[in-house]
Amino acid sequence: MKKYQAQIHRCFRCGYCKFPTDYSAINCPSYNRFRFDTYSTGGRLWLTYAWLKGELPWSEHLAEILYACTNCKNCSEQCPMKFAPDIVEWIIAARSDMVEQGKIPARVKRFLEAVYNYGNPFKNLRNERAAWANGTRIYEKGDDFLLYIGCLGSYDENGQKMASNLVSLLKKAGLSFGILGNDEECCGNEVYSLGETELFNTLAKKNIDKFRELDVKKIITLCPHGYNIMKNQYQGMGYTFEVYHYTQVLDSLLRDKMLKPEAGRLKVTYHDPCFLGRHNKVYDSPRSALQSLNGIDLIEMDRNKADAFCCGGGSGNFVTDYLAGGKDSPARTRVREAGQTGASTLAVACPGCMVMFTDAIKAEGLEEKLRVMDVSAIIRESIST
Amino acid sequence: MIDILQELSKITDKDYISNNKEELYLYGRDPGLMPPHEPDYVVMPSTVDEIQAIVRLANREKIPLIPKGGGLSLTGLVIPQKGGILLDMKRMGQILEVNESAGYVIVEGGTTHGALKSFLLKNYPHLRHSIPDSPPITTIAANAVIHGQGRLTQQHGFNSDMVCGLEVVLPTGEKCKIGSCAVSPYWFSKGPPLPDLSSLFFGWFGTTGIITKLALRLYPCKKIRDAMLFLTDEAELVPEIMRKLGRTEMIEDLVVTAQPIPLRFRGNYYILFYITGDTEEEVEFKKKMAWRAVWEYFERREGGFVSLPPEMKAPMLAMPSKDTTRFADVSKGGGFEYSGPIAPLEKYPVYVKKLAELADKYDLFYSSAARMIDGGHCMMFSFSYTFNRADPDTMKRAKQALDEAADFALENGGVMWKPNIDEQQMTMSKMDPDTLNLMMRIKKLLDPNGIMNPGNWEVPQ
Repeated sequence: MKKYQAQIHRCFRCGYCKFPTDYSAINCPSYNRFRFDTYSTGGRLWLTYAWLKGELPWSEHLAEILYACTNCKNCSEQCPMKFAPDIVEWIIAARSDMVEQGKIPARVKRFLEAVYNYGNPFKNLRNERAAWANGTRIYEKGDDFLLYIGCLGSYDENGQKMASNLVSLLKKAGLSFGILGNDEECCGNEVYSLGETELFNTLAKKNIDKFRELDVKKIITLCPHGYNIMKNQYQGMGYTFEVYHYTQVLDSLLRDKMLKPEAGRLKVTYHDPCFLGRHNKVYDSPRSALQSLNGIDLIEMDRNKADAFCCGGGSGNFVTDYLAGGKDSPARTRVREAGQTGASTLAVACPGCMVMFTDAIKAEGLEEKLRVMDVSAIIRESIST
Repeated sequence: MIDILQELSKITDKDYISNNKEELYLYGRDPGLMPPHEPDYVVMPSTVDEIQAIVRLANREKIPLIPKGGGLSLTGLVIPQKGGILLDMKRMGQILEVNESAGYVIVEGGTTHGALKSFLLKNYPHLRHSIPDSPPITTIAANAVIHGQGRLTQQHGFNSDMVCGLEVVLPTGEKCKIGSCAVSPYWFSKGPPLPDLSSLFFGWFGTTGIITKLALRLYPCKKIRDAMLFLTDEAELVPEIMRKLGRTEMIEDLVVTAQPIPLRFRGNYYILFYITGDTEEEVEFKKKMAWRAVWEYFERREGGFVSLPPEMKAPMLAMPSKDTTRFADVSKGGGFEYSGPIAPLEKYPVYVKKLAELADKYDLFYSSAARMIDGGHCMMFSFSYTFNRADPDTMKRAKQALDEAADFALENGGVMWKPNIDEQQMTMSKMDPDTLNLMMRIKKLLDPNGIMNPGNWEVPQ
């Protein structure tokens, strides 16, 4: 936290961070859920500053306020001040201080311990990491791409389906690729954002050592979280490689006619994942990939691209779930918005969003009207096997 | 002894009630310079019934009650000076009705200016309201309570003048409709032809009741909007230039800026005004009239228009202006506050001179934005100073400068806008005694137990 202590007081608490560009709704997921100013970015920064100054002691509630932030980066997008790009790092740094002092809430502690002990936040066994893979070939030196699956894709039922669909498409396109199988480590994106710097460094080093050993030059990630951390943190850690999110690769394969979809009819609305969209400005590839499909009607939600409303799953919340409960939870708010477009399919590009929305659609009773599908599943449905 | 938390949870969803020290800490402070004081409870009601029940509880138990909107007055008006229950109104943010024909909108007491702007743009793009330059979380009701100003203030007066109906919960719990809506289904007038009771709630800072609904006038949103910038280095000329531009009746909004950096700003007065129209022809005509109004100064080389490239114009045309908020961080300290006297235009030269003198005396960075009100009958002049939230010394110096500015402004014919409790005391000490007595009698009548936002508009015992 030290490097930010001289900056954090600069937040004026003007509240622009609560909105999207047009002020049409609340766009900070934790403020939308709880509505106390403490849960807005300004509130969080003022409380952090008070804690640093010793005006406010640590408490479980204070820590939960900090960890209820999904790192969705809406605040950075909307804040009018020059320090706007740094805000998310300030929050992560404050969490780091809490981790260093051993003062973290119980759910975060369990998340980090699970990653430390099992290599994933779900406490699943390491040797079951590739149980989904069904014979998908292991990466070998000389392959063009390493397909990095991540924890959600490896262990979550919906994430596994995403992984399988993607593998099927990449095979169909004739891409030279392989996975790491049980040797894959957690990417560390959530560990980093929860402030466990030491564990993150360990995970990143293990992954990078593996990449180096296998002479990996290009990586495709299933999950935007993995894409984000590899693109923005791994690159400064002594090994250089190219990293793509799977929607970028599918878009390219569709453009090059290496995948040939058939005609169909589908009304789709696409949800921008925060770690692909606001964090990395990848807005067009997933849309372009979807629009390559004949007969698709892509309808935008009011809040899209840089203004997209977070699913509430970021920064480990797909497990810790601090924003759950009630109709104002981000995932439920977002699926209502998706439903209002008239689309029958909510397209996602992140296994975290998939988990959050699958549950939210049930909670909202929208199962008959709206289904969640990831981009690869939609494309696979339109391609004959 | 009654358990207030338990009583509150019988009224409002317990998820929206807190006495955690984190909420109490944050709601005990605003971004300005007034000392903090924490509430005992923070509650976010969602209905008028809940508000009435909370008010009755507070009145019965004689607990202070502080209604809060965006909390951005900067003058500590919702800092709970005597603790109590702070009501964060922002869960009551519905836009209830638009009467397109009569040109008004009815909103709940916690609706934000940002939400209304967005709603109108999407659903009624030909209509607009007077949006202030405070951030979009500012609530319409709280802004009216402080007699706020906005982009249509030059044409139509204070934002409170544009209110055309209220629903309020009185400090004793009754719910009243104010204006035409008291006798009619239409909310077209806040007073006339009835006795205008709305003035019992504007300028009182929540000490006389809680606004739960508010009707606001809507005005035509012209298709074209443009900005023009006239520059002079003679402060003495500013009032007459403002007056002449105002009297063309062609100007939407007019603000004069004075600040020392960037260097090209030092010693210059930038008169920014806006022209609107439905056709290019209308806009050109209005621009021509504005040109003619100030042509003599150009001829005498006392001023001239500044060319505005698109990238410079864009932030000027934004509503609200993010630049206003950015001023808080020009010194990288995260804070600014201003004393804002409402005064005749003729006071501009003495005020702007004092602004710089005080900045020099207290070693502060300054700025001023003077907005013309109601065609030039008066202006709001801001003595704005930045401070560093991490440096108690700059905060102390900024507060001293603001106190001195308020005192100077009052001595020079101004009346403080949204005064902090210190400025309220200065104001009351100068006020006609019978007027002050009337104010106190009204307050006592409406709030016999003194529960509403105590500390404000209070004569020291």
